[in-house]
Amino acid sequence: MIQETPLIFDLPQNADKQNRLIKACDVKKPDFKEYYQEDYAETLPDIPDLAEIQVVRHFTNMSSKNFGVENGPYILGSCTMKYNPKINEDMAALPGFNNTHPLQPSETVQGNLELLYRLEILLNEIFGMDAFTFQPSAGAHGELVGVMMIKAYHQARQDTKRKIMLIPDSAHGTNPASAAMAEFDIREVKSNQHGRVDLDDLKNKLDDTVAGIMLTNPNTLGIFEDEVKEMTDLVHAAGGLCYYDGANANAILMQTRPGDMGFDVVHLNVHKTFSTPHGGGGPGAGPVGVKDILKPFLPTPVVEKKNDQFVLDHDLPQSIGKVRAFTGSFGIYIRTYAYILTYGAEGLKEVSEAAVANANYLLEKLRNHYELPFDVPPMHEFVITGQKQKKENGVKTTDIAKRLIDLGFHPPTVYFPLIVPEAMMIEPTETETEEGLEGLVSAFIQIAKEAKSDPDLLKTSPHHMPIRRPDETLAARKPILKA
Amino acid sequence: MSGYIPINREKRSELLESVGIKLENIFDSIPDDIKLKNIENLNLPMEGMSESEIVEALSELAERNKRVDQYDSYLGAGFYDHYIPAVINHIIGRQEFLTSYTPYQAEMSQGTLQAIFEWQSYICRLTGLDVSNSSMYDGASAAAEALLLACRQTRKEKVWVSEGLNPEYIETIKTYFESGGLEVEIGKLNEQGTSAGTYPEGNDYAAFMIQSPNFFGIVEDQAELVETAHMNKAMAVVSADPISLGLLKKPGDYGVDIACGEAQPLGVPLNFGGPAVGYLAAKNRLLRKMPGRIAGLTKDSEGKQAIVLTIQAREQHIRREKATSNICTNQALLATAATIYLALNGKSGLKEVAEQSAAKAIYLEQALLATGYFEKVYDSPFFREFAIRLKDEINLTTNDLNNKLLEKEIIGGVALDDRIWLLAVTEKKSKEKMDQFVANVVNIILEEGSK
Repeated sequence: MIQETPLIFDLPQNADKQNRLIKACDVKKPDFKEYYQEDYAETLPDIPDLAEIQVVRHFTNMSSKNFGVENGPYILGSCTMKYNPKINEDMAALPGFNNTHPLQPSETVQGNLELLYRLEILLNEIFGMDAFTFQPSAGAHGELVGVMMIKAYHQARQDTKRKIMLIPDSAHGTNPASAAMAEFDIREVKSNQHGRVDLDDLKNKLDDTVAGIMLTNPNTLGIFEDEVKEMTDLVHAAGGLCYYDGANANAILMQTRPGDMGFDVVHLNVHKTFSTPHGGGGPGAGPVGVKDILKPFLPTPVVEKKNDQFVLDHDLPQSIGKVRAFTGSFGIYIRTYAYILTYGAEGLKEVSEAAVANANYLLEKLRNHYELPFDVPPMHEFVITGQKQKKENGVKTTDIAKRLIDLGFHPPTVYFPLIVPEAMMIEPTETETEEGLEGLVSAFIQIAKEAKSDPDLLKTSPHHMPIRRPDETLAARKPILKA
Repeated sequence: MSGYIPINREKRSELLESVGIKLENIFDSIPDDIKLKNIENLNLPMEGMSESEIVEALSELAERNKRVDQYDSYLGAGFYDHYIPAVINHIIGRQEFLTSYTPYQAEMSQGTLQAIFEWQSYICRLTGLDVSNSSMYDGASAAAEALLLACRQTRKEKVWVSEGLNPEYIETIKTYFESGGLEVEIGKLNEQGTSAGTYPEGNDYAAFMIQSPNFFGIVEDQAELVETAHMNKAMAVVSADPISLGLLKKPGDYGVDIACGEAQPLGVPLNFGGPAVGYLAAKNRLLRKMPGRIAGLTKDSEGKQAIVLTIQAREQHIRREKATSNICTNQALLATAATIYLALNGKSGLKEVAEQSAAKAIYLEQALLATGYFEKVYDSPFFREFAIRLKDEINLTTNDLNNKLLEKEIIGGVALDDRIWLLAVTEKKSKEKMDQFVANVVNIILEEGSK
């Protein structure tokens, strides 16, 4: 196998410079230099002219240096790396969906609009909400829309002193980053010794300047916040609203619903919970659900049914506005819809059950080999730490992760949540196989032994990948960001 | 077996029992009062569908749409129907690109990292700017983020944005800015449909922003933008269509500070408007204030070329509320699609696509003007798209025209008001189709417009 793939800009350019992809021009081309005058480009962008075989080999070679869900267990915590069904890709590629323009008259896109309309009903039922917007393009984008609506809600009531967003110390970094973009000040709420939000600390931090709280449940330690209803009641009593970060929604499908926990607004990561592919960092989609009180503030457009026709409604006077062009990442929602229909309510209940069962099984198998920061039964993921290995063998969590790579596994999320030193956040998902689970157990146990017997093996891992450990300091100190 | 779950209930129970856990207890931490009971009462199908039923259900919906490859469409306004080479779907459909996550573990993600690095390189070469990131959600949110970047860099809280931006972009910018406590001033276009001579004065603007080609397809004067922006100590920001850069000068050639835009025309299907893929590029000195993931070249411990995510001290997972943006998931796979598009076309192919799109739009405008029923809205050079006005004596609105065309399996342009029509064509449109289109328009006006 090829180990090095030269940059595409370094390939020889020997092919004919004609565009074989498109037909020859059948209208007269004007003298563009005369037409565009000083805006005409005398020199073209420095983009190489290559033959198709060069391009195909280049990207195929590159792909062979990636690890995907189909290569093996991908236990990246909080990312829900489940299997991405092939049929959903095929459905999203149907020309009837692909070849529709966002500004087509609604009567020509009834199939698209009905799909979104039906998907909204399904999501409302699954999460206990009253309406969904399809605008946000990712989870963090959904968070931004959520906190913007919370802000708009308080402003509409002339309650302008509410500048504070409460966020637990275990939260994803996107929560404070999103709240800050909507001009909120962040007030951090502490975790208690059980890895849950400290209710007393929450009470102390509530006052009439609090706009709301952003909670992830199960939280980033994989622990269910069993006092969630008390928390949302407290925040509501203080005049705030409650935001549910759906990053970990895979754990609760058909077991409990954010709406029933008392949340007013929720974002989902359909690329996690509903299996749309992550694509090496996107595209995802982050639909946001709201209770009736926030409906007037939804971004536009919203899908409606009028006289048996599906239409897009752009006219919401109190809407926060748009956060992107057009309706949303429709192609992603085709996959979402197909996924939900594939399972149905009973199937989705089994999704969460299998995800939580797999996490529990793995944790029990690993508990004698790694330290647990919080010994609480987990939901769909759990956090262990490499503190023991670090203290006793001088092996860091990074070293454990890199050794896992050589053994054929994608490592867990490491060094997060920030409240746990040497954290490893493990999420097997419901689509992990028995052989995958047992392989993981053996690998983790082997590594714990190697940490004692051969720590250098770990510190120099990985050995069998296209590259060894990269020099990240060099990358940041002398940035080379383009060729 | 349910759906894609590989371990059945019996085995699941058995595995848990082997470690001393009972399956029925794994949700005990959820208090009873919020447990979901009686799921059969929800408005959800209880049972799942087989794969063949999914095909039927989804195909039925897809077939109910009218498609731009079956109807003759003249819609653009931000999303364009360029030819998508077959190679793209084959490559981005490879599970190694499709199913992997953000490349946190560089050793097992060199494919994605190199794709991002090459995307950044292509974007810099196209725009003539120094640095780019791994992509933004779409052209509209990229425009908002470009302006936020200018605000961070200049420590000012007001921007000026030309009315020539796509209205969807303007709405998006307003949403971001109003929520962030920042100010947006919208500038009116001049009589030629450009921003020339419309710029404000004052040192309190973080940025002046235009779009080129603008919403009406008109090529804007970026030299004037840069000159007036810099005179007022503001950054010059341009939203530029990437295909047009096969024919028109690069933003960097004029001295623009930040360029952004929608890269959907580079090999991404229309898909009813999404997923899209935004790009963002800037001058070097803005690097530490950029939003989003950035890939950089380095060496591994044996001195071999390696690529990693870098300059991460800007990002939310490290800086939390002090991050430059909340963005993490972006549109990496579609950025890869656009990268493959550029690789396959090369500069020569891109030039041909750009020239044909421009030439065909010019042809169509002339043909419509020649009917005598239309007049120019603006008299300025345009690219791929133009606005045209239905003469007052024609007793039809643009919406009437669109409705009548639809009966003939033609999707007309965007009706900007009763008289102004915005039409776009790409290299895919044949002369024959355009001639038929114009003939149909004439027939409709003859039949209906004189009533």
